[in-house]
Amino acid sequence: MTKQQANWSPYDNNGGTCVAIAGADYCVIAADTRMSTGYNILTRDYSKIIQLADKSVMASSGFQADVRALQKVLAARHLIYQHQHNKQMSCPAMAQLLSNTLYYKRFFPYYAFNVLGGLDSEGKGCVFTYDAVGSYERVGYSSQGSGSTLITPFLDNQLKSPSPLLLPAKDAVTPLSESEAIDLVKTCFASATERDIYTGDKLEIVILNASGLRREYMELRKD
Amino acid sequence: MNLADSTQAMNNLLGSEADSQRTLYPYVTGTSVVGIKYKDGILLAADMGGSYGSTLRYKTVERLKPVGKHSIIGASGEISDFQEIMRYLDELILYDNMWDDGNSLGPKEVHNYLTRMMYNRRNKFNPLWNSLVLGGVKNGQKYLGTVSMIGVHYEDNHVATGFGNHLARPILRDEWHENLTFEEGVKLLEKCMRVLLYRDRSAVNKLQIAKITEAGVTISQPYALKTSWDLSAFKNPTAGAEGSW
Repeated sequence: MTKQQANWSPYDNNGGTCVAIAGADYCVIAADTRMSTGYNILTRDYSKIIQLADKSVMASSGFQADVRALQKVLAARHLIYQHQHNKQMSCPAMAQLLSNTLYYKRFFPYYAFNVLGGLDSEGKGCVFTYDAVGSYERVGYSSQGSGSTLITPFLDNQLKSPSPLLLPAKDAVTPLSESEAIDLVKTCFASATERDIYTGDKLEIVILNASGLRREYMELRKD
Repeated sequence: MNLADSTQAMNNLLGSEADSQRTLYPYVTGTSVVGIKYKDGILLAADMGGSYGSTLRYKTVERLKPVGKHSIIGASGEISDFQEIMRYLDELILYDNMWDDGNSLGPKEVHNYLTRMMYNRRNKFNPLWNSLVLGGVKNGQKYLGTVSMIGVHYEDNHVATGFGNHLARPILRDEWHENLTFEEGVKLLEKCMRVLLYRDRSAVNKLQIAKITEAGVTISQPYALKTSWDLSAFKNPTAGAEGSW
């Protein structure tokens, strides 16, 4: 009989879902605040959203320790950028930095599933969606995390994003107003909470527009 | 690294003879730690057991320790790793005091230090095999957080490690509320520790409760909980199976 090993995994999935929707002059980034492990809830009030720059907000789900480390690395890099260039990073610039940071650990990845939302240099809403190793794309909307399989088809139906293959490229941002988009996000999470055990407790919504950043909260089912 | 043959690579990574330097499994372990915020600060509870596998080997292990002026730490998991963590923390506090600048590390800072330490060891595949609870009060602000051996961390009004998550957190979710008095807090913790004593086989009936307020740290003398085994089902357990034991 071979020796008994107490095997441990360097990864864990702490669950949660993130969504972002880009509008003509705003961006909505949302995530639930539940943190779980296995069938346990660790805490009902943990934010997955971080503001990295004036016009860049990132929401990440997955392995919480990696998410936190990733947030710290990006925040530190942004600080250095500000010292060197005397300005804030633009959202597309932050998007590239996030991609590079993730790929840097291609052979021991950050188990983090990210959506980056914000305003581009023209003030239009932008959303970038990522996999764990940095593959990314600018889209009109996106969902990541445990509830993404439930939310993405619903957003596809409601937002009817144009094909990225079209030429000339059609604008991916939704024609919905800011309040309509927020309402849509609330609906997404209310539905995902019903069927995904890792999504629930509370919804945190961050809205970025020309006037700045605003936060809203909504209670979700706690079961 | 030959990723095509990942099982062999994983085995090499996790168990070749040359790797006798990294932690593979824990030896002497402590069980649950439970912590709550109350009106004046934080209360932590932990028993004094150090198990060696299934043997309850040590019964005077202090798993709650003060850290500087403003924090207390409670540890479950490998005891020797906790002792090493205490060496690092004592050094951290020493250097903080040597600045002699009127500033001192608060619980938030210590928790962050612990989180970074646990995460970095996990990154090197040589973890400190502990789940830690860190509580404290500084400038009237109460703080209670926890870190696991792979760096997962969070703060809340009540936290627990190990079995405490399964048995104590549900009780706390139901009965914890803001502004518990000291007596109510102790009673609540004792309720949790009693359930753990009944149901966790690594628990021993000798515990300490640590209190931290703005005024400072107090760790109680060890004491035992009253238990009740006179449930009818316990009284004659073989009633339904004559000849059994």
